[in-house]
Amino acid sequence: MARAINSEIKAGRGSPHGGIFLDIASRRTPEYIRKRLPSMYHQFKELADVDITAEPMEIGPTCHYVMGGVEVDPDSAAARGSIEGLFAAGEVSGGMHGSNRLGGNSLSDLLVFGRRRAGVGAAEYATKIGERPKVAQSDVDEAVTEALAPFTRDSGENPFALQAELQQNMNDLVGLIRTADELEQAIKRLQELAARVHNAAATGGRAYNPSWHLALDLRNMLLVSECAAKAALMRQESRGGHTRDDFPKMDPVWRKVNLICKLDESGVQVVKQDIPEIPTRLLDLFEIDELHKYMTDEELTRHRDGGSLSDTTAASEGGAVNGVRRETARLARRRRGW
Amino acid sequence: MGYDAKLRVWRGDDEGGELKDFTVEVNEGEVVLDVIHRLQATQAPDLAVRWNCKAGKCGSCSAEVNGRPRLMCMTRMNTFTEQETVTVTPLRTFPVVRDLVTDVSFNYEKALEMPAFQPPAELKPGEYRMAQVDVERSQEFRKCIECFLCQNTCHVVRDHDENKPAFSGPRMFIRAAELDMHPLDAAENRKEFAQESQGLGMCNITKCCTEVCPEGIHITDNAIIPMKERVVDRKYDPLVWLGSKIFKRAGA
Ligand SMILES: Cc1cc2nc3c(=O)[nH]c(=O)nc-3n(C[C@H](O)[C@H](O)[C@H](O)COP(=O)(O)OP(=O)(O)OC[C@H]3O[C@@H](n4cnc5c(N)ncnc54)[C@H](O)[C@@H]3O)c2cc1C
Ligand code: SF4
Ligand code: SF4
Ligand code: FES
Repeated sequence: MARAINSEIKAGRGSPHGGIFLDIASRRTPEYIRKRLPSMYHQFKELADVDITAEPMEIGPTCHYVMGGVEVDPDSAAARGSIEGLFAAGEVSGGMHGSNRLGGNSLSDLLVFGRRRAGVGAAEYATKIGERPKVAQSDVDEAVTEALAPFTRDSGENPFALQAELQQNMNDLVGLIRTADELEQAIKRLQELAARVHNAAATGGRAYNPSWHLALDLRNMLLVSECAAKAALMRQESRGGHTRDDFPKMDPVWRKVNLICKLDESGVQVVKQDIPEIPTRLLDLFEIDELHKYMTDEELTRHRDGGSLSDTTAASEGGAVNGVRRETARLARRRRGW
Repeated sequence: MGYDAKLRVWRGDDEGGELKDFTVEVNEGEVVLDVIHRLQATQAPDLAVRWNCKAGKCGSCSAEVNGRPRLMCMTRMNTFTEQETVTVTPLRTFPVVRDLVTDVSFNYEKALEMPAFQPPAELKPGEYRMAQVDVERSQEFRKCIECFLCQNTCHVVRDHDENKPAFSGPRMFIRAAELDMHPLDAAENRKEFAQESQGLGMCNITKCCTEVCPEGIHITDNAIIPMKERVVDRKYDPLVWLGSKIFKRAGA
């Protein structure tokens, strides 16, 4: 949907404010709309004077969810990497929803992994370690100095202006539709921004001071932006929320890898990491025709109907679209939304 | 399309403060929160303001705009004339943290005092069943976004800190009413508790809370008045209660 909107706008058929028109008024009764879409009705009415039961609304795609995040151990939710005792669940963790989270699945993710994994995992870890780890005073001093640094930069930059620039850069160059050219440009601009972000200044005192908080947060925003841009550049395919104009097809070979971002002196490094093989018993839950789109022929030899390599190729070339596959697609469509 | 708006914003902390004048650019379609953000980004970087969703859903951006308790993100700039000075001040009923941010702990303390939903003894989780009509009856109260504009407006506690210990406020009254209507809540005395421990009796149904509720919840008509009536119903002789009801109807 987002891609279709984007191409309509690009083709010059956009609405006055650079979006498109969505019309529910001609498809559903006013009662239905008010009952099923109360927030949407209320917000359009209050904020734009638009009655969506009577006229079309102007809409456009926006950033909704971050699929990437902290790499965690799937069973304990403990963060992989060098920080011991760090647990992550929810939107901040990565990998749970693959390349595109389905509507409503964030809530279930939070409930299940928040408790069973991160909550219980962290509690178990804390009980097991026995003695409470001691923080070195020198580390505390260093953290304090770093935190207070924005107050000492008299000629530093306005963090709000920097954030706006960062946002624009990411929106323009690492947005919905990506190309190698633009991603490379984005990475270059991020490097330029990095130097300036390290000179972000805060004014005023330490109590509830948004300019100070932002000056500190900018470093993390920059880091996440760099991860997203570099991983998007490396992934030469289109999948879920990631669309490469120069590689428009989904590639089963790319499904087999995750991209892991690591930080060293020279910035963010992205490395490929194989994802664990799907157990055969799970593979067998699907009809083989449903899987051709996603998996390599070699992987499908493990499927109950897989047979030899040449068989599966033949099946996929036959392009059989069976009922099950249509049903899945229909269900997926229904479940989309927020 | 854009113009320069005159803005007057309260700046200060718990020790005091003052209204400061600013001129800030306004563009088509913007709300007060947009303009406050532009002020922060361009002229007053340390201006404290609490917000989150910018969609009227989180209840964070409550303030008083030209003296009216409002969500800043749901107050359109085109409801003011271009010449008008728009004055933004923090909620008056709660202590100021800084600038437009207040400490709303009062409301959370009152929420803690509210006895929680009491599960029916004979049912296990997963066995709860409710008729749609019962779900819908209390649905209105579940729309509450905890903006606390109603709590801020209510004259029982506005400028009357001395009443705070005894008065839980309209937000808690709708919660009490919701649980009172809940067919599975095993607690029988919601109304009595509201009357005796939450200060329901101090409310004299002025409806100011209803007027400011951004979710349009009929706090007074659908929660407070029915509870008051039913408390009376239980407390006194049914005939007296009937009489008072007829009298009220006639007078209304
Ligand atoms: C408009 C919109 C609608 C959505 N609708 C749905 C839906 O209908 N169904 C669904 O399943 N999902 C939906 N989602 C997704 C879902 O809401 C989020 O993925 C989910 O709320 C994330 O929860 P979380 O607890 O992981 O993170 P968050 O809710 O983002 O919580 C992170 C918390 O960390 C705090 N924090 C950040 N930095 C610091 C710091 N330095 N120190 C201390 N605290 C910090 C933040 O203030 C925040 O409270 C929607 C998302 C959006 C944007
Ligand atoms: S109706 Fe009652 S609770 Fe509401 S503002 Fe008036 S006195 Fe307060
Ligand atoms: S009842 Fe209305 S005004 Fe009061 S806290 Fe809830 S949403 Fe806000
Ligand atoms: S910012 Fe969430 S209600 Fe205004």
